[in-house]
Amino acid sequence: MAKTKEVLLDPLFDNNPIALQVLGICSALAVTTKMETATVMAIAVIAVMALSNLSVSILRNYIPPSIRIIVQLTIIASLVIVTDQILKAFLFETSKQLSVFVGLIITNCIVMGRAEAFAMQNPPWASFVDGIGNGFGYGLVLLFVGFFRELFGSGKVFGMEVFPLVTEGGWYQPNGLMVLSPAAFFLIGGFIWALRTWKPEQVTED
Amino acid sequence: MEAYLSLLAKAIFVENMALAFFLGMCSFLAVSKKVDTAMGLGVAVVFVLGICTPINNMLYNGLLKEGALTWISADLASVDLSFLSFLSFIGTIAATVQVVEMAIDKFAPALYSALGVFLPLIAVNCAILGSSLFMVERDYNLAESTVFGLGSGIGFLLAIVALAAIREKMRYSNVPSGLRGLGITFMVTGLMAIGFMAFAGIQL
Repeated sequence: MAKTKEVLLDPLFDNNPIALQVLGICSALAVTTKMETATVMAIAVIAVMALSNLSVSILRNYIPPSIRIIVQLTIIASLVIVTDQILKAFLFETSKQLSVFVGLIITNCIVMGRAEAFAMQNPPWASFVDGIGNGFGYGLVLLFVGFFRELFGSGKVFGMEVFPLVTEGGWYQPNGLMVLSPAAFFLIGGFIWALRTWKPEQVTED
Repeated sequence: MEAYLSLLAKAIFVENMALAFFLGMCSFLAVSKKVDTAMGLGVAVVFVLGICTPINNMLYNGLLKEGALTWISADLASVDLSFLSFLSFIGTIAATVQVVEMAIDKFAPALYSALGVFLPLIAVNCAILGSSLFMVERDYNLAESTVFGLGSGIGFLLAIVALAAIREKMRYSNVPSGLRGLGITFMVTGLMAIGFMAFAGIQL
């Protein structure tokens, strides 16, 4: 049980997939202009990653090493298709906003990376938990970035008004940079900085 | 002709794959420590994007799109296979990368050893799949998708080589310890993205 907890909690801060492993950044940035899309994306990634880790781990003794990449890709792609169809059916508006980024979960290195690095060597239950843990680590950064971008960019959190905007008679002048792409880079850079100041052993010399 | 030039410029500068859409970020950050290797990866990406995007375009318009199967028989007009597009695109990309790798190995061994490990890695580069998905979303035809694929590749090449050059220079600067490595790279990429925003709105 102790190991399960470790596998689940380790990726949150000690071995965060985005801040330390440099995986899955591609989609982490584009979907974070709003909390809502960031949340949906995080849940989708958690689901895909947990299930793909589970399936890869169950099949790990039957996959020939020479074609393992294509097998993993096929499993992940099928799961992503299911996710995409579910999103289109129940959350159509959000899935329109996420546009191509749901499909890009397939090439999200974090899913491939965990399947390759963890699920190929570990039993199904541990891999399932590892998928969920890494998904949460990913979601954490996504929500952090999404929170600041939506709050300072449009004065809202989850679409609810927090800072009344000047244009609507309030006092808050929105920071236009926050909704543009560079802000996401600065916020993740800042997140990494804060994390590494807190846990200095993660600093890399370069 | 002008429309294609405009599309090319737009794909390279305004809608830069790496700096405006954050695609291919993983390799963008991981392989940008040296200009040489960055150049190798960039060239390989241009190559694969230029081939894959038109192939996926033909695949989508000829097989997967709703009503695309009418060339087999009129009964199939209502068949919509577009939900299979993710799976078939990633298949095309993985296969193309494999074929390109073997072809380069056979006909240009020098280039092959220069590109080295980056060729197989391209199969999971989000920029490749991303441009195929954008091509579907924006409804490009075959010629447009070729231009778009090449343009996105060149944009990626430009961005990654520029970042690598900055990072080589940065070795001499005194960065705060928590920010060293990945942190400062993110900041620099953000500044580059701001720089590239100056191209927004260019029409040729």
